[in-house]
Amino acid sequence: MKVLYFAWVRERIGKAEETVEPPASVRTVSDLMEWLVARGEEYANAFASPKTIRAAIDRTHVKGDAAIAGAREIAFFPPMTGG
Amino acid sequence: MTVPVTIRIQSDDFDIAAEIAALTKINTDIGAVVSFSGICRGGNGPDAIAAMTLEHYPGMAEAEIGRHVAEAVTRWPLDGVTVIHRYGRVVPGDNIVLVLAASKHREAAFQAAEFLMDYLKTSAPFWKSEERGDGTNAGWVEAQAHDDNAAARWEK
Repeated sequence: MKVLYFAWVRERIGKAEETVEPPASVRTVSDLMEWLVARGEEYANAFASPKTIRAAIDRTHVKGDAAIAGAREIAFFPPMTGG
Repeated sequence: MTVPVTIRIQSDDFDIAAEIAALTKINTDIGAVVSFSGICRGGNGPDAIAAMTLEHYPGMAEAEIGRHVAEAVTRWPLDGVTVIHRYGRVVPGDNIVLVLAASKHREAAFQAAEFLMDYLKTSAPFWKSEERGDGTNAGWVEAQAHDDNAAARWEK
């Protein structure tokens, strides 16, 4: 699946997107965040306060308990500041 | 009847008068258009900024705005909606966002425009980073609790 990062999440991780293949035990958005954190310091830094991180699956906002099975595109980003 | 909806995410500026004219020429039964435009603010003193850059999530920005426009159309008797949001670098005084809501009467137009703006602030995937006068990076704008509260009052 493709994972996208925006704003300071993108800056801290150092990339805008990547393709990942997490194991089957990674079932939810929160699981995926934890799995990414284990990959390195830049991820741990980006996801240091998980409550401030928003997520979307296939371009729709979701909560941390959302299942990622079948997702094509998962995005992580800070609270939005448009308008 | 399908309500005419225009949603555009663009780096270019927009012409507010031209957008209103395009919306109101759709039908002669429109009696009210409410227009909200959001403008880049420069601020004063140590918090003054020289520019801001808007990052967005292409594809999701259109989809998310579209979902809220679809809800507005079911909640109020609207005859047309336009939402334009810019991305990229803007300087104080530049347009950032335009929301137009057209209806037979003003009440629906006022409420729909406010509803759309409140949701745009909290759920459309855009992020602002700011530059100081000396060109240095002033960091990402933080989300405001009062914006969440403004959006929450529309929940049914």
